[in-house]
Amino acid sequence: MQNLTKEHFEPISVDLRQAEAIKRPSLSFWSDVWRRMRMNKVAMASMIFIVALIVCAIVVPWLTPQDYFTTDLAGKNKKPSAEHWFGTDDLGRDVFERIWYGARISLQVGLAAAFIDLIIGVIWGGLAGFYGGRVDEIMMRIADILFAIPYLLVVILLMVVLEPGVGTIIIALTITGWIGMARIVRGQILQLKNQEFVLAARSLGADANRLIFKHLIPNALGPIIVTLSLTVPSAIFAESFLSFIGLGVSAPIASWGTMSNEGLPAMKYYPWRLTFPAIFISMTILAFNLFGDGLRDAVDPRLRK
Amino acid sequence: MDKRDNLIEVRNLKKFFSIGDNTLKAVNDISFEIKRGETLGVVGESGCGKSTAGRTILRLYDATEGDVLFEGKSIMNLNQQEMKAMRRNMQMIFQDPYASLNPRMTVGDIIGEALDIHGLATGQKRKERIQELLSLVSLNPEHMNRFPHEFSGGQRQRIGIARALAVEPKFIVCDEPISALDVSVQAQVVNLLEQLQEKMGLTYMFIAHDLSMVKYISDRVAVMYLGKMVELAESDALYEKPLHPYTQALLSAIPIPDPEVERNRERIVLQGDVPSPMNPPSGCHFRTRCPKAMPECAASVPVWKEVEPGHFAACHLYN
Repeated sequence: MQNLTKEHFEPISVDLRQAEAIKRPSLSFWSDVWRRMRMNKVAMASMIFIVALIVCAIVVPWLTPQDYFTTDLAGKNKKPSAEHWFGTDDLGRDVFERIWYGARISLQVGLAAAFIDLIIGVIWGGLAGFYGGRVDEIMMRIADILFAIPYLLVVILLMVVLEPGVGTIIIALTITGWIGMARIVRGQILQLKNQEFVLAARSLGADANRLIFKHLIPNALGPIIVTLSLTVPSAIFAESFLSFIGLGVSAPIASWGTMSNEGLPAMKYYPWRLTFPAIFISMTILAFNLFGDGLRDAVDPRLRK
Repeated sequence: MDKRDNLIEVRNLKKFFSIGDNTLKAVNDISFEIKRGETLGVVGESGCGKSTAGRTILRLYDATEGDVLFEGKSIMNLNQQEMKAMRRNMQMIFQDPYASLNPRMTVGDIIGEALDIHGLATGQKRKERIQELLSLVSLNPEHMNRFPHEFSGGQRQRIGIARALAVEPKFIVCDEPISALDVSVQAQVVNLLEQLQEKMGLTYMFIAHDLSMVKYISDRVAVMYLGKMVELAESDALYEKPLHPYTQALLSAIPIPDPEVERNRERIVLQGDVPSPMNPPSGCHFRTRCPKAMPECAASVPVWKEVEPGHFAACHLYN
């Protein structure tokens, strides 16, 4: 048996102050998201892929001696080699080089479309949700009507009016693309604006500006960012698709869509001309989607099954 | 009788919500005063309009009709600037400590928001004031950079109290501030509210459904049923001699911590459910469940009258 001495029966001091102490390190919402994100290997791999893609798209065309438009008819349809890593196309242009120029176009379209969707969607949805009632009704019906116009029709009409190019594609994608974001933001704001912390801010005398930008938007930021991260791949895909069917960027600009289109007839004999752009389209869209999924799980762990 | 002046006067306050084609009469013509420095308890079952009444008095909802006077001055017609200034006088403590703090803001910013909105303090002074407020509600001032989710329910409720106190209000509506807390923490929060009242001369409108807690903290108690006030009296008078049958029924439901008494206690069990506030019964709203209902209860709405000095009730039994 243990020797019990008198000291063992000394009362331990209980300090009420100590009961209030919080031992865990402080964790903000976003550091918590990052902690969950790091545990998701697929999402992290996708993130690394996306970062590498962005870096390469910026750096590669700048470092390599070739350019995307110089033709070399003597060296057309060359197999991948040490000189031309991904081979050459029917005009002797370096496919590797064109892939990275295409990546620039794709990322530009993806990020620009997502950014414009974000701005319009948050403002539109935010105002509709915040003011509610009649304002909400009118604003969301306008969005519904826009959404009902077939998107391919809008694109073709725009192509008639505007010059084909990256700018036109971005306009075509955002003309209806922001509606998804607006709906998400409106739903979030409607849900949040009746929460007690918003009421508390109102009872302190907060104005609409403070309510929207300090209380409502920061709390809706999770779903907004997730929607944003899923807008990027759909915009990239739409650009590739439009370029593929001949509605997108025109020669000599390289886009993954136009490259696939040009590579398609030669698929049997020069498969690299189709394979490489196709692989890049698929990998990029997959990576963005997996990253978006991971982000959604990290932002709202309750959604995960 | 108390000689203190009236801090808040509520005159025929009504708040209706329209839901589709129906009108929900959440608060239907209530009038009362709250004296400076007192605690007015408001009790009633869920959905009787007590929270709506509190929020309408603070003009968080626009009243359908009626008036609220603060220190004799109507707050219903104040413009935005005047109302903002008025908000420094009247604050609110909320029911759910998990929903009433913005999860994306640090505790320091939550409490500091009041200071920012009214331009009360900036920089180092702001930080000192926040720490002072945290100490006032017995929280560690070093925790001002932490987020609400790191605190327990009771601690969060105290953060909510500190936020309300930041503007040095005279009047605070406590909207069921303890009903979401553990019993052990309830006492802590109620005691804190009492200490603060003594220290700062606060006036409370204490909304709750826990009758024993209301008796403990309130000077006077009002009972609400379906948007109407049915009885209002000094706390002791109400608990000893309830006039309205509804109050009698409510009080008979309080358990007594004495097995002998408890065993022989006679409970008034009300029949049925609360009628829909969209379509309340004619005359006295309580008549469908009242054990003492008479034919005239259906015919006319009972008058709100002073049955005994300082003891108001709205019931045909006393007409």
